[in-house]
Amino acid sequence: MDSLETPQGASGLSAQGSADSRQSEPGQPTSGLSDSGLSVLGISKGFPGVQALDDVSFSIHSGEVHVILGENGAGKSTLLKILSGALQPDSGRILLDGKEISLRTPGTASQVGIAAIYQELSLVPWLSVAHNLFLGREWMIGRFLMSRKILKEKAEEVFAALGLSLDPGALTGDLGMAEQQLVEISRAFSRNARFILMDEPTASLTETEINLLFGKIETLKKAGVGILYISHRLEEIFRIADRVTVMRDGKSVYSGAAGELSLPELISRMVGRPIGNHYPKETIAPGNLLLEAKDGVSGEEGLTFSLRQGEVVGLAGLVGAGRTEWARKVFGADPDSNMRIKVSGTEVSVASPRHGRDLGMGMVPENRKEHGLISGRSVLHNITITIIEWLSNLGIVDRKRQSDISSEFIKKLSIKCPSDTADISTLSGGNQQKAVLAKWLARKGKIIILDEPTRGIDVGAKFEMYQQMNSLCREGKGIILISSDLPELLSMSDRVYVMHEGRFVAALDKKDTSQEKILEYASGLGAKNTARNGSKGL
Amino acid sequence: MKMLPRSGLSKFMSRYGSFGVLFVITLAMSLANKSFLTVPNLVNVARQVSINTIISAGMTFIIITSGIDLSVGSLVALSSCVAMIIIEATGSSLLGIVTGILIGGAAGAFNGAFVAWAGIPPFIVTLAGLTIYRGIALIITGGTPIIRFEGGFRSLGQGALLGIPVPVIIMIIVVIFMHFLLTRTAFGTHVYSVGGNEEASRLSGIKVAKVKFQVYVMGGMLTALAGMVLMGRLSSAQPNTGEGFELDAIATVILGGTSLMGGRGTIWGTLVGAFIIGILNNGFNLMAVDAHFQLVAKGVIILLAVLLDRYLKRKQA
Repeated sequence: MDSLETPQGASGLSAQGSADSRQSEPGQPTSGLSDSGLSVLGISKGFPGVQALDDVSFSIHSGEVHVILGENGAGKSTLLKILSGALQPDSGRILLDGKEISLRTPGTASQVGIAAIYQELSLVPWLSVAHNLFLGREWMIGRFLMSRKILKEKAEEVFAALGLSLDPGALTGDLGMAEQQLVEISRAFSRNARFILMDEPTASLTETEINLLFGKIETLKKAGVGILYISHRLEEIFRIADRVTVMRDGKSVYSGAAGELSLPELISRMVGRPIGNHYPKETIAPGNLLLEAKDGVSGEEGLTFSLRQGEVVGLAGLVGAGRTEWARKVFGADPDSNMRIKVSGTEVSVASPRHGRDLGMGMVPENRKEHGLISGRSVLHNITITIIEWLSNLGIVDRKRQSDISSEFIKKLSIKCPSDTADISTLSGGNQQKAVLAKWLARKGKIIILDEPTRGIDVGAKFEMYQQMNSLCREGKGIILISSDLPELLSMSDRVYVMHEGRFVAALDKKDTSQEKILEYASGLGAKNTARNGSKGL
Repeated sequence: MKMLPRSGLSKFMSRYGSFGVLFVITLAMSLANKSFLTVPNLVNVARQVSINTIISAGMTFIIITSGIDLSVGSLVALSSCVAMIIIEATGSSLLGIVTGILIGGAAGAFNGAFVAWAGIPPFIVTLAGLTIYRGIALIITGGTPIIRFEGGFRSLGQGALLGIPVPVIIMIIVVIFMHFLLTRTAFGTHVYSVGGNEEASRLSGIKVAKVKFQVYVMGGMLTALAGMVLMGRLSSAQPNTGEGFELDAIATVILGGTSLMGGRGTIWGTLVGAFIIGILNNGFNLMAVDAHFQLVAKGVIILLAVLLDRYLKRKQA
């Protein structure tokens, strides 16, 4: 797809030439005062209830790829947002080539040569590739009329410099994800970006596309561009990283040259926080079988997911492994007639969330704001929304009962709100989450799906959520827990299923598994071990 | 995200900002013209706003679900023309009125079905409805008004009970009923939920499509009811009547503080909005303001009122 790499062609576009030091400098995380590089010194950033970054220092040099590893919530994305001017740090300094700079807006960052590429691309799908490339910089093409010829020439110039063979005239929306990502990279490059920050660039790419992207990262490196690369995918980093920084709980816990540590060593640094003490897990003898389901991809031979009363069954997997998709099918949010499940022994195909609800299921969705809350409405409204018909006589709501039930759950889950008439969106994340859970408890759901229930909520609220899980289990409910926070998943679950590319690749008992093992399966590395379990059954 | 303590006044103003606007306008009008604040004139204002209020009550529900209905003006014409044809043919006002309202329900069902199940944006569906219903009204009447100076139907527009005009009584009943429906019933809760967050509502087990369908049917029936009142008032059915009613109704609902984004709004607000527009019209007429100038002034005042409302809401947030 791409032709030969021609780094020298970049010199016309890239302000700083490729003469910059290509060889990575000694892997000292705090040696931020180097002459050509972007460094942060002692950066801290807190959000209500969470310290996202705690005295983090590190640097990117021209012509190197610096990979930041860390679990969800480790602070990687916050760091990236600070470097791209989208967020302001509470304290700490940012240095560019040894001089302190202040990145007040993304515009300032872009002026000094820092470009960020997020997972959600910022291209306009209905414009051509060339138009997107020069979006906001049309003056480079013409004062008023944009000559198609010049537009095409300029775009081709950029692509040639990067050794890409993209068609400048193609409609951007028609391109694949990887190609769109390359357009973003070309845009950053053509703006003379000296530092490109990439957040999970490979999350939605196929293997071939990843190879293409990595090839281009290599080209950028040779042109002297420094790259900050954030990823979950461990297997990738050895292919491109010059240096690796591991973050955990907002701190930089390791920084060094790539290859200094092996993969398992890196993993243990990522997850290295002490397990157990924050997790008040109670084990309850499992009761009746509540739910059985296949992954919907592997066919009959695949592993069967099962859930009993009083159990928390965890679903582990990387982002994009298909856990949420699977749960949504089970619940009926995305009905799939091929997905037949057994609820309390009866086989059904769930046709809608209403059907799922009537089967005794409830879901606390991953995306609380978009899928969980009826914002602008009261706490009471949000809690009783699932039972409003139960509370009505001839369609007229019994407001006394409604308020009683809502108060009962506000008390039971200790939802902190000024009153039950308060707008749900004024509550803190943890309390919103509890209200979303409450609506399913009000409905007396037996099977509760918790999709990333503690994401974005503070430590105290997390702890309360865990206690709620215990109390639900004591009441004989079964919980499906989807979480990317491995220690949480491992600590709060009784059993864990691991998903990889939409399939269950392992069913593990909590007693004989570890985070390392789960990560291996989740990365697809452990797939061969479970082949006999039928994951290759199709 | 932060919970800020709110003073009683700012909370009141943000919730009832349109009420303040109404108060100011009333005050201004009564200062400008002595005959404004008299009982006969106020009764007159109430009668003038009744048709728009009845339509706007239905529109409020539709807009709360983050929909819109552009077809109401045409539907006023269609429903009254059908009703009048039935009355002419059978001599029964009751049969005509019932049929007229059912036609409104049917047209609403047509709109609602396309919005709810075909997933076509309400703007487009009801824009099509706007021309279709107008077209049918013109076809069935041959484009000429049907005038009839006898029959019980006229009391809907011209009658009075204990000195209160019948249109005002109908308006009061509609407003109270719709307010009750919106605030006290499961249906009302569902309407707010669907507008507040459609996907969260679906995931909570609400039949989102059904709720949407229902608000359009209801809107159609109320629009037809307004058509019956208008027919009674004019003693005639006119295929060209009702042009621009949709814009008045939408302006009314928005003045009343209902969000075009859905999820928020009250029937009381809509009533206030209707009176703001009604009093502006009435006051300008009393002051003999040139009709063309009235249009400009009305538009400017609507913009200012919404701007004020927004400012107050933002201040609160």
